[in-house]
Amino acid sequence: MDYLSRLEHETVFILREAFARVKPMAMLWSIGKDSTALLWMIRKCFFGHVPFPMIQLDTEMELPEVYEFRDHIAKEWDLDFRAELCPPESEMDPTLPPASRAAARKTAGLKALIERDNYRGIVLGIRRDEQSMRAKERVFSPRARDGVWDFRNQPPEFWDIYKMDLPEGCHLRIHPLLHWTELDIWRYTLRERIPIVPLYLARDGWRYRSLGEKNITTPIRSEASSIEEIIAELEQTRTPERAGRTMDHDSEDSFERLRASGYM
Amino acid sequence: MKQSSYRDQLKLVVAGHVDHGKSTLIGRLLHETGSLPDGKVEELRRISEKRGMPLEWSFVLDAFQAERDQAITIDTTWIWLRTGHRDTVIIDAPGHREFLKNMISGAANADAGLLVVDALEGVKEQTRRHAYLLKLLGINQVVVAINKIDLVDNLEAKFRELEADVRAYLKGFGIEPTAVVPISAREGDNLTALSARTPWYSGPTLLETFSSLNVEAPASERPLRIVVQDVYKFDERRIVAGKVTSGSAQVGDTLMFSPHDRIAKIARIEPLDHLNSSDRISAGESVGIVLDEQIFVERGNVASHFANPPVLSNVFRGKLFWLGDKPLRAGATLKLRAGTLETQATVRAIESLLDLESLEHRRGNVVTRNDLATVRLSTSSILPVADGHDDKVLGRFVLLDGFDTVGGGLIDLKGIPDQRSNPAIKAANIKKVDLLVNRSEREIRHGHKGAVIWLTGLSGAGKSTLAVRTERALFEAGWQTYVLDGDNLRHGLNSDLGFSADDRSENIRRIGEVASLFASAGLIVLTAFISPYQRDRSRARSASADSFHEIYVKASLEACESRDAKGLYRRARAGEIKEFTGVSAPYEAPQAPELVIDTEQADVERCVHDLAEYIRKVCSR
Repeated sequence: MDYLSRLEHETVFILREAFARVKPMAMLWSIGKDSTALLWMIRKCFFGHVPFPMIQLDTEMELPEVYEFRDHIAKEWDLDFRAELCPPESEMDPTLPPASRAAARKTAGLKALIERDNYRGIVLGIRRDEQSMRAKERVFSPRARDGVWDFRNQPPEFWDIYKMDLPEGCHLRIHPLLHWTELDIWRYTLRERIPIVPLYLARDGWRYRSLGEKNITTPIRSEASSIEEIIAELEQTRTPERAGRTMDHDSEDSFERLRASGYM
Repeated sequence: MKQSSYRDQLKLVVAGHVDHGKSTLIGRLLHETGSLPDGKVEELRRISEKRGMPLEWSFVLDAFQAERDQAITIDTTWIWLRTGHRDTVIIDAPGHREFLKNMISGAANADAGLLVVDALEGVKEQTRRHAYLLKLLGINQVVVAINKIDLVDNLEAKFRELEADVRAYLKGFGIEPTAVVPISAREGDNLTALSARTPWYSGPTLLETFSSLNVEAPASERPLRIVVQDVYKFDERRIVAGKVTSGSAQVGDTLMFSPHDRIAKIARIEPLDHLNSSDRISAGESVGIVLDEQIFVERGNVASHFANPPVLSNVFRGKLFWLGDKPLRAGATLKLRAGTLETQATVRAIESLLDLESLEHRRGNVVTRNDLATVRLSTSSILPVADGHDDKVLGRFVLLDGFDTVGGGLIDLKGIPDQRSNPAIKAANIKKVDLLVNRSEREIRHGHKGAVIWLTGLSGAGKSTLAVRTERALFEAGWQTYVLDGDNLRHGLNSDLGFSADDRSENIRRIGEVASLFASAGLIVLTAFISPYQRDRSRARSASADSFHEIYVKASLEACESRDAKGLYRRARAGEIKEFTGVSAPYEAPQAPELVIDTEQADVERCVHDLAEYIRKVCSR
């Protein structure tokens, strides 16, 4: 079995564990390349079905191409798709740097969603290589009632016998892509011919490497107009993936504050 | 389409005494291999300056502000290194606090270990402890880096001495290091190029040793094991979903599902996508299997080939890593998970303890946090198991206390007999005769499906009354029915059985098998037995697969006792009947019965009506 298939089979195993034991469950689909690749694997995992809702935490600030892609895929793949409108920026903690407030809005939206629909499991397409805090995550990561991540006292994770029991009111963040890298996702997207938001491909010398809200995400200089070219570019680059995301540069600890309080 | 090149990856866990330079080494390796993003070194410099210290490589690994401020690493981190023909994933398990938990979480599946030893200090307790833990976790490939050689006088002699020390120590528990490399993480000696400081050392460099390590391959040469995760019925297909943890199989192979020994052939491998359909499955794959017969299969079952099934047992020894806050003593009952199954386990005895601090084995009655203990466990149901050193799935278990994961370990089967019952093995040699009348033809003739309607409940709950009156109602409506109860079985088929625990269990097993035959003949058979134990009812269910319906005939003990039609409760209370269910023996109420009939809440007519309606619904064609 080749390397990409091995990653894929591990992801499928995790998804099936979660689906068997964690109910009700939903996935946050950001419409980006990672969660779309994960959605693709869910369809394979459940033999053509997507047996739980796909939720977008919507700030109404995504780029228009993202909404267009979302509506097309939701229809074509017959998804139980739900857009969850996030609370407005005016309700956010004013001490947060401006570029981090969209993330804070999503965190608040997620909290409201979990409280209202009593989800016990939230599936997320985060990866360990994205960000050094994410490198410390568990595959099944428990969250307290208030959504707080107790990173100082994470439970042990023995092999792939995952923690799936937890008290009423708490929930699990489930991370089936934790062991993938950015390059793995692109190689897999290419191999499987997974559709992507066209903004990832260069037009007139610019492309998006990571997709966030339109006011806080900037494209990078690139000539990569196909996935093959993106892969070639990433094999050479030494620029971090989220360089185009303003929030990551706000201050040393803003990502940490967001994440500990329940951000994805 | 041009196939993109892909890279493999090696998982390498880094261990060593706390100040021997692990983090500096990892930071430096990231830098030397060009794996750090642009701007990272500047960021490190900025963060270091802010705290008034020289460039601190370990900040690459410390993600949290709290970690950087307090110079403690809180949890296991994964770091990707771009190395040679494949990537290396460095797993950094911080050493000074919660090392056991950190090593286990993620690092337990590493392909190899890198042990860092300070050239000035030599092998310290922590070095010993970490090396020993690598071994216990089954990590047999180890590279040793003797660090800080830039600070040592008379280096060659000192290195030779340390190398001999480390080799001798590792050999003591069966590890032969792949290489012992003199390095300086701070100065970069012998990391990616040989250093002028060590003209007497001819290689390899540390990075070269990484490429000589082997990535663990899926165990496709071992006997077939498929752990069942779920059975999917999203559409007309009934797909058994699971992971092939070892071995391989193909369409047409006969599978046996442990622990109930149900047997069926692989009719089809359901592909994950239609571009890649295959007739074969092998180790490492997450698969979907369609069977040729509708046998009862559930999460927790393990499929094997017929000739080479896993050992079955409800007792075994466990080499336990204990992480519970509460000490563990003999007699404790905890939830046990192994593969995808779950059961209760009781600690029968604590045989020995290993103190991770001193590495001493000692006798003891109490296992405390971070101890390694050898314990004897018994489980409430029989499990497919394997020795922890042979099988990375069936040989491992995790213990939970309530919601908390409190420990885990490897199974040791030395001296444990296989409890697989001989009939199942014998059955393996019985060739099935193909009948010329099949079940669906019988069902067409009868006008309804066959089924087992299994009534369970306390004595006096109303099982027999309900069974005979429901049968009468259905019979009059033209349905083919039969009632099995104590009277028509105890005197004949089961006349050799008494009332010991084993005999009672065998009694229920035979009733389950007989009921299954009746159902296969197209009849609706109602059984009326207390059948107090879930495991006996589960076994009866597995005999009849999807045509089994567990009906909980519910009434409180008080109500049953006040009815006491046969005077049994009075005699049990007087001690004349021993082990009477509800009085002196337990009744395990069904956890997920298909139907509950509450005979306290409704009168007999209503109960009969409800049960008959249920049967009409599930047995209609």
